[in-house]
Amino acid sequence: MAVKTIQAPIPGTFYRKPAPDQPAYKADGDTVAVGETVGLIEVMKSFTPIVAEEAGRIVKFYVENEDPVMAGEPLYDLEA
Amino acid sequence: MPVTKIFVANRGEIAVRIIRAARELGIATVQAVSAADRDMLAARLADEVVEIGPAHARKSYLDMDAVLRGAIESGADAIHPGYGFLSENAAFAEKVEQAGLVFIGPKAETIRAMGDKATARAMAAAAGVPTVPGSEGRVDGVEAALAVAETIGYPVMIKASAGGGGRGIRVAQDAGELATLIPQASAEALAAFGDGGLYLERFVGTARHVEVQILGDGTRAIHTYERECSLQRRRQKVWEEAPAACLTPEVREALCASAVRLAESVGYRGAGTLEYLYDAATGEFFFIEMNTRIQVEHPVSEMITGIDLVREMIRIAAGNPLAYSQADVRLKGHAIEVRINAEDAAKNFLPAPGTITGLRVPGGMGVRFDSMLYPGYSVPPFYDSLLGKLIVWDETRAGAIARLSRALGELEVSGLPTTTPLHKALAADAEVQAGAFHTRWLESWLETHPIDNPAS
Repeated sequence: MAVKTIQAPIPGTFYRKPAPDQPAYKADGDTVAVGETVGLIEVMKSFTPIVAEEAGRIVKFYVENEDPVMAGEPLYDLEA
Repeated sequence: MPVTKIFVANRGEIAVRIIRAARELGIATVQAVSAADRDMLAARLADEVVEIGPAHARKSYLDMDAVLRGAIESGADAIHPGYGFLSENAAFAEKVEQAGLVFIGPKAETIRAMGDKATARAMAAAAGVPTVPGSEGRVDGVEAALAVAETIGYPVMIKASAGGGGRGIRVAQDAGELATLIPQASAEALAAFGDGGLYLERFVGTARHVEVQILGDGTRAIHTYERECSLQRRRQKVWEEAPAACLTPEVREALCASAVRLAESVGYRGAGTLEYLYDAATGEFFFIEMNTRIQVEHPVSEMITGIDLVREMIRIAAGNPLAYSQADVRLKGHAIEVRINAEDAAKNFLPAPGTITGLRVPGGMGVRFDSMLYPGYSVPPFYDSLLGKLIVWDETRAGAIARLSRALGELEVSGLPTTTPLHKALAADAEVQAGAFHTRWLESWLETHPIDNPAS
């Protein structure tokens, strides 16, 4: 089982939930399918969904909801 | 109450603008910054800098307690909220005054009354200012909405009472559509603004957006003429000018007088803007809403009148009466402002933060550049994409457009794409030059005029 670190493709604010009063898209330990939304990145008031390009299990997130991220910063570890 | 030290509770170019005005008045400044904004230009220009929280605006610039704490601890005696963020938050204005500080803006009750669009409409009507034919205040439920629409005629626009910035708006072509849209719009307004209240207005198809800049001292008010902001994309203004080329002198006089009447009737204090729809086909103007703050596009009004609006806001907040009477305000020439955004117009206006690797600022007669840029500055991804504003003035509108083209040709921002190519194309367009546009003109123009962005 290989573990790889998924990085932020763009800089901005990382959201782990679709809205403040809703549960997180994914938690540590959850499985994820190809094309599933893992989070959102807001860049200058426009929102880009971050979707899984590979299926697997999310080992752990490096960023919390509403944390600022830079492009290339680790978002989460995926066990594929 | 004297103002000796202003806490600037905003960022970007408006923070720079406020610091400049304060310094000219001999007033010290404290710049509030988020953790992501320590390097911004305003932080470099201010006398002091206070960090109020992390990058996320809700935890810094929008956090009332964090802002107030920063202001009090820095020993400031006044807060300037700029535009956006807390500038039109009545609860914040109240907290500032309760803390014994001066809020540089209107009274909390004015912000509250004008922030509710249905109340604002009713107050305008009471002051004899024409409003778009529509409901008397809020409409409760589908039956009431259908009855109102019957009297004003279709198509009708459904608007959220608590909305703003173009959000929460629907257009219904007939009764069937209205019945479907009312519950949807109400649910959406409730989710977005915490208030499901709606009102209805006649839908004016080819309207022009004209707004009047006013200044008041709580008793007396004056206008500094109107601006036209019809060139919009997704209801965001792109290009603004003053005066509005579409108005006759008679309509201009009636429009501006109506704005002063409304401002005086609410005892307005500070700088404010009354927004109107102008129907060029019938020559009618209708009040839509009031913005109880300084606006992004205020420099065009400054350029045609010579009045420093931000300086005057500060003087009024410090307890001085208006320094001008209406007779002192003379309209001279024509001014245009274009918004330089960190967006790639060639890629559907994709926002593009990045580092400014090179900068050449235009200059010369009649050219002004209000911006947050300096070489080496990293534009953060956390806030809006406005980098600055290029403002030009000349004696005639045609002269101002020629000067704008010249200044845009001199402007160079390297390191990220900007909306400069869009403005060059607009300045060269025959319809723009003829002043023949309306609020939905730009979006359809963009479909047939793809913007090439050599920098992207």
